[in-house]
Amino acid sequence: MSRHVDPERRAARFIALEEHESTHDRLVWGMRRNRDEEVARVPEWEKLRELASQIKEHTLTHLDRYLEQFEGNATRRGMHVHWARDAEEHNSVVYQILRAHQVRSLIKSKSMLQEECGMTPYLKKRGIEVTESDLGERIQQLSDEPPSHIVVPAIHKLRSDVATLFAREIDSDPSNSDPHYLAEAMRGNARPRFLAAQAAMTGANFAVAETGGFVVCTNEGNADIGASVPPLHIASIGIEKLIPRARDLGVFVRMLSRSALGSAITQYTSHFHGPRQGGELHIVLVDNTRSDRLGSPDFWHGLKCIRCGACMNTCPVYRRAGGLSYGGTYSGPIGVILEPGFDIERFRELPFHSSLCGSCTEVCPVKIDISDQIYKWRRVVAEKGLVKLTKKVGMSALGTTLAHPSLFHSAESLAESALEHAPRFLLYNPLNAWGRHRELPAAPARTFRQWYRENRGNHGSA
Amino acid sequence: MEARDAILSAIRRNLPRPAVPLPELPARDPKQTASGVGSKAGLTKPSTGRVSDFQRQLQAMGGTSFEVADLAASRAKIAELFPTAKVICSATREVPGTRRIEDVRDPHDLNDVDVGIVRSSLGVMEAGAVWLTEADLVVNALGVLSQHLVVLLDPAAIVDTLHDAYERIDLAASTYGLFMAGPSATADIEGVIVHGAQGARSLTVLLVAADPTHLSPKNGTHE
Ligand code: SF4
Repeated sequence: MSRHVDPERRAARFIALEEHESTHDRLVWGMRRNRDEEVARVPEWEKLRELASQIKEHTLTHLDRYLEQFEGNATRRGMHVHWARDAEEHNSVVYQILRAHQVRSLIKSKSMLQEECGMTPYLKKRGIEVTESDLGERIQQLSDEPPSHIVVPAIHKLRSDVATLFAREIDSDPSNSDPHYLAEAMRGNARPRFLAAQAAMTGANFAVAETGGFVVCTNEGNADIGASVPPLHIASIGIEKLIPRARDLGVFVRMLSRSALGSAITQYTSHFHGPRQGGELHIVLVDNTRSDRLGSPDFWHGLKCIRCGACMNTCPVYRRAGGLSYGGTYSGPIGVILEPGFDIERFRELPFHSSLCGSCTEVCPVKIDISDQIYKWRRVVAEKGLVKLTKKVGMSALGTTLAHPSLFHSAESLAESALEHAPRFLLYNPLNAWGRHRELPAAPARTFRQWYRENRGNHGSA
Repeated sequence: MEARDAILSAIRRNLPRPAVPLPELPARDPKQTASGVGSKAGLTKPSTGRVSDFQRQLQAMGGTSFEVADLAASRAKIAELFPTAKVICSATREVPGTRRIEDVRDPHDLNDVDVGIVRSSLGVMEAGAVWLTEADLVVNALGVLSQHLVVLLDPAAIVDTLHDAYERIDLAASTYGLFMAGPSATADIEGVIVHGAQGARSLTVLLVAADPTHLSPKNGTHE
């Protein structure tokens, strides 16, 4: 794991594919715009953000109690609860369950946690056939690539790429790249796999301590097919997914899809509170560095993340560089603050794969101080002596600005008109590979300024 | 047990301090505090605004809806919408199909269903969503394996927001409960919205009052 990821080189490769890069930028920015429109319809949005943030912080500062409560209730409801300290233990717990049920083929819905654990290759090596059922995930699986976005995993691909891939893998017409045709071709391919699978796996968006159940949000309904057709359902749940009360779901479900795609809710919001009739339901609660992060005063807030992807959609670096440039499970600003926590050596370059424009912090529905955390990771990397030469030059070229939060924030508070130029200034220094090619689309200057006034101007909480 | 104890003790060692209190959620809308389901249970009569807003929002999610006078009109509407359907599987006695869900032993047997029919006990205006539970579906797979889904919903059982909905739903009463907002959809290829990705290709909500003689005894909401 130690060879470090070079995001700039990876980004340069993506940016060289002009049509991919410009389409990606347009689509991802479109999601951000849809989000703004949908959020504007909810006058209490800022209040919801505050509530969501407090509920998550409360849960995380009482996490041991809520996990025990969840376990007790889930067990009473007839579910089997397992615990896993790390990725390896998660995979082996899952494998034991599958083996005990003599499962040879498994249908799964999207789970970033299972991705994080490297579960699919682990099971494949042990002779279990794993099929991703989310369309974007399946595209990525067939391409032998990780997801490039946590909500829309294949958003970096053009329809023509998908047409070529499907023609090769599922015998569709190579000359037909209509997304309707391609989605229909995959529906036809996936349905028999759902029916033949002996087990289904899902992740979870929320786990409710009070009721001992969990919630899965999808647009395709693929998690529901998996949970309702094969007799065995296994859900992998990160320990940070807990929330205390059923009523808290109102706050989070209202925010998740509005933040992600700009729709009021996902098409399917499914609540599992026990095995279905004649079925068996297992839950694997996974730590995998989360309890370590909890002990870090600088970084524990990252555990509040609900994986909406809004920070990615708004990020000028993500939009142009593409998700694969981050080289990890999580990309975009959330990837920048999560991945170094898994492996600081490997992901030491990620904190510099950012313009620190602050737009991610502005859109985050649970108020994670993302850009501040990115800055703090730079400091950690620098303290460990892991920054390579160009970065050091980059740091000095940007002035010691980035190295000193007070200066960074005063740079932010330059004349407001300078804000829309800030990303350009930060990105287009000659040492940044992804800055060389061509200029960024305009930053969301208006909303940024609005946010700046509300959050920094009034409360001064920098 | 070893993993469990190790994780819990690591968490206890690392709990961030100071502890943050659990915030109170805003009080629910007093107009919607009536308990029970639909008009029968004494909900205030919905303003026409709420119903039409629900319909608009459902449409935004890719679903369609019709206000129908009664159950006879519902049956006629379904026949009109799906003239070539061969297998119609109904989970409500209000509108019988060609197959009774009670006769389905195995979820795999629902793969040939053209149209599934089910009654929902709750709609959510802001989301354009209907709430479906295992009690409504009988076999959960009916909601996702059917090519098309028709949901009966009492217009008096529509609440404004998800907060209101979660106040009224008893999650503990069902092993499975689903907010369905429009049909199965994907935007995974170049952001183009395609309906019918994996589950139902269409969702049609028929707004029709519940017939008390057909009400299911368990409906997953607070009595
Ligand atoms: S960090 Fe915030 S904006 Fe980014 S994915 Fe997580 S919750 Fe969404």
